Formats: sequence, structure tokens, C-alpha cells
Amino acid sequence: MHVGLSHYLILGSLLFALSVVGIFLNRKNVIILLMAIELMLLAVNTNFIAFSHYLGNPTGQIFVFFILTVAAAESAIGLAILVLLFRNLKTINVDDMDVLKG
Amino acid sequence: MNILSDIYTALPEFFVLCMAMLILIVDLFLDDTQRYLTYALTQLTLLGAAVMTAVAHSNAVGYAFSGLFVDDAMAHTLKLMIYLSTSVVLVYSRTYIALRGMFRGEFFVLILFAMLGMMVMVSGQNFLTLYMGLELLSLCLYSLVALDRENARATEAAMKYFVLGALASGMLLYGMSMLYGMTGSLDLTQVSAAIMGGELNHPVLILGLVFVVAGLAFKLGAVPFQMWLPDVYHGAPTAVTLFIGSVTKLAAFAFVMRLLIQGLQILAHDWQGMLIIMAVLSIIIGNVAAIAQTNLKRMLAYSTISHVGFLLFGFFSGTMNGFVSSMFYIVAYVLMTLGGFGIILLLSREGFEAEELDDLRGLNVRSPWYAFIMLLLMFSMAGVPPTVGFYAKFAVMQAALQAGHVGLVVFAVLMAVVGAFYYLRIVKLMYFDEPLDAAPIQPPLDMALLLSANGLAVLAFGLLPERLMGVCATAILHSIQ
Repeated sequence: MHVGLSHYLILGSLLFALSVVGIFLNRKNVIILLMAIELMLLAVNTNFIAFSHYLGNPTGQIFVFFILTVAAAESAIGLAILVLLFRNLKTINVDDMDVLKG
Repeated sequence: MNILSDIYTALPEFFVLCMAMLILIVDLFLDDTQRYLTYALTQLTLLGAAVMTAVAHSNAVGYAFSGLFVDDAMAHTLKLMIYLSTSVVLVYSRTYIALRGMFRGEFFVLILFAMLGMMVMVSGQNFLTLYMGLELLSLCLYSLVALDRENARATEAAMKYFVLGALASGMLLYGMSMLYGMTGSLDLTQVSAAIMGGELNHPVLILGLVFVVAGLAFKLGAVPFQMWLPDVYHGAPTAVTLFIGSVTKLAAFAFVMRLLIQGLQILAHDWQGMLIIMAVLSIIIGNVAAIAQTNLKRMLAYSTISHVGFLLFGFFSGTMNGFVSSMFYIVAYVLMTLGGFGIILLLSREGFEAEELDDLRGLNVRSPWYAFIMLLLMFSMAGVPPTVGFYAKFAVMQAALQAGHVGLVVFAVLMAVVGAFYYLRIVKLMYFDEPLDAAPIQPPLDMALLLSANGLAVLAFGLLPERLMGVCATAILHSIQ
């Protein structure tokens, strides 16, 4: 079977959908939210690389390098906030983040 | 392309970057009694950047770094406003953060880096620069919200902001990847040209557009992507809320202008419908939910959502006049928000956050002058003439009317009347109720002067809007073709 652009795009959209569902359905653990966010950025990267290869145009792959770097910085900050959250609330349960509402 | 001329074009950005790193190092060698030096250096950086931008100001459009970076009248004007409002934010928050143990180098450095992100966003001419600017801004804001480390409420707000902000960036990127795949370029001008050339797969373009608009709506705080906004405004330290609520909206405005107007205006037919739905929903949810709030910061958050709805009126009318009105609206909004949160900061003191509506009771007895300033700000937010808020609403409504959206304009005016209720409730609390606490209000001199000037500016720009309108018109007309 020949693997073409559409296969990669379907993979990308599946990963993306999976991560969005992961963010909204997950009521247990904040770490899973962080994983879903990473997955989302990887789905985007898959898209960019597939398009870049298909178009024979390297700019998409350059963008991927920037996204990867930002994703690393983003998870560092996410984990730092997570540590604070655990220190202050003694839990990292998504359902326990309910002080602010209205 | 000469690298030196590129650097010269982006000189204010490089200056802010170098100064932020310098301040980070200088701050290491200072003890707590010398911390005012960090503050002074930060203000000096803003002044220096303002001078550089003002000197370079012209109505010509210049590009740098192979078209990644654009230098036009809109970028100059917005950058000058960003410096000014950041400087005001620092003056207003100084006492507040000093009393809460946040008067440290990190606060100032994060503010400067966030501002650098905004400057890059304002000048971004490529998906790459726009995204990098946005992330630099967002990452700094997440940390700023969590800066008060012992505060559980702030940490929770930071986590919510982080997760939803990252989700928004992901959506924006997904949309950008679709647009890149269809047009073969990340450059806004080339994207625009490729779509104009036609023969592209329209449904895929629209798919990309939907994700981009959703990402933008998240960042702006438009319904149905507004859920982070009240929590973040409420949970964050008020000084940080002031920054998020005011200055960043200027960058968000530029972001929408660059992406939707400069890059994707050819698809205007497709995004106008989405913006109309978001504008209508934002105005309804913002105004109705604000009535139910007892917390002032939360109420102002819902008020922001409704202001975003009005701002979108200028965008979806799709005319030059509409964009100019939108820019005027955002400047007026920043002015009002600075003042509104400035009053909250003014009334807060050590160990006490004046963030409930009840804390404003009888402000007139405690200080007639600041009650008057707050009165002006509330009238302006409600859109009562002759304040700037009235004129801003009038301008976007007029633009929408010219584009033929009569029904929507009538609806928006009715909702503005509903919104007037909760602004006028504050006026009633200040003037007709007895004060609950009698602590004296003694702001430092610079804050007192600036807050007074801020309140009076709301009135002055409302009486004489032509100058500000002229500035906005020049900025837009020389930048958007």
C-alpha cells in the first residue's frame, strides 16, 4: 500500500482529536492534561512535516523545530505550575480545582 | 539583505531583549532595599524603546528578516501604546506588589519579556513570528499569574489559564498547518496571494480558517471560548490582572488584524459569519453574567467579554472604517481597564484585597475625587456620553450600520442598556451607600497623578475624539492595503 499525504493528515487529525477529547473528558489528573497538550502539538507537527514533504518546501519543517522548542518550554512551565498546585492544594485532581467559579 | 539594517528595523525589540536580560542579572546583585533600581531600569527601558520607536516612525512600510518582520504605521502606533500602558501598569502595581512580596526582579523581567512578545506579535508578518510572539507573551503570563506562590487561588487560575491557553495555541497551529498545506507558504502576503490565485481546495482552507478563528477567539476571550477569562481575572494577583486585562488586548487586536485582515481578507465572507455569532454571544453572555457577580474583578472580566463583542463589530463590518473604529475601541478599552483596575489597586492595602463590590460602598465619603474618577470610568464602560466609551461604541456601531447590519446594531444597543445596569450599580454603591471600612486612601504621588490623568483622559478623549481617531486612521490606512 502506498502511504500518501492523506494518510498522514488523517493520522494528524486523529491525534489532534484524541488530545482535545483528552483535555475535556479527563477529570482525574492534571498530568494527563499536560500529556494531551504535548500530543496536540505533535499532531500539528505531523501535519506540517507531511505538507512540507508533499510540497517539497522546507519552511514547514523549520516551523516544526520552533514548535518543538516552544513545546519544551511550555511543558517546563506547566510542570512548574503543577508543583505549585500540589504544594498549595495537596492534590492534582482536576475536579479539586473548583475554588474559582461563577 | 544586510543583517545590520534588519537589526536596525527591529531595534526596539533588540533593545528590550538586551535590557530584560541585563535587568535579570543586575537584580541578582541587589538586596531588598535596592530593588527600586530594578523598577527604575524597567521604566527606563520602556522610555528608551519608546524613543527608538518614535524616532523610526514613518508612514512607509519596511520589512526585515526576509519578510518575517514588518515595520509599519500600525506597528509603531500600537507599540507606543504598549510601552505607555505597560509603564502605567508598573506605576499602579508598585505598592501592591511590594506589600505582597512580589516586588522582585522576576516580576519586572517577566513583564518585559511579555511586552517583547507583544511587540513581535504586533510586527509579525509570518505565521512563524506571530506564533513565537504569542507564545513568548503567553508563557510569561502563565508564570506571572502564578507568581504569588503561596496563593492557592492564583495557582489554580494559572493552571486553568495554562491548559486552556495551550489548547488555544494548539488550535491556532492546527489551522495554520492547514493553511500552509494549501498555500505552500507561511508568509501572510504570499498566503493571501495564493488564495487570491484561486484553484485551491476551498473546504480545507475553511477548515484551517475555523481553527485559526477559534484560536484567536480564545486569546481575545470571545464566547464560546471565554471560560478562562473570569477565573484568571479573579484568581490572579490584581497587578497581573491589570496587565492581562489591558496591555495584552492591544497585541490581540494586532494579531487579529495581521491574520484575518492582512492574511485572510479574501476569505472575509467565510469568517464574517463566525465573527458575527461570536460578537452576539459575547455581548449577551458578557452583559448578563456580569449582573450576577459580586466580585469586582469577575464583573470586570465579564465586562471585558462584552467589550470584545463590541470590538468584533468593527472587524466583521469588513471596511477600513470598521477597522479604524475597532482600533479606537481597543485603545478606549485599554484606557478604561487601566483606570478600573487602578482603582482596585488603590483601595487594596496590606492583607486586604478590595475586590468585592461592597468594598466600593461609600467611596464618595472616603474620597470624593477617586469616586468621581471611578464614576467617569464606569460611565465610559457603560457607554454614557460624553465619555470615550460612548464614542468608541458609537464608532463601531456606525461602521456596522454602514455595512448593513441594522438588526445586529439595534440588538447591541439594547444589550448595552442591559450592561449599563451593573456599571450604574457601582455608581450607586459609591454615592448612596454608607462606607463599610474607613481606612484612609493614601496612594503614592505618581499613582495619584496618573490615576487622575487616566480618569480625566476618558473624559477628554470623549469630548475631543478627533485626535485619537486621526491617529488610529493614519495607522490603519498606511498599513492595510
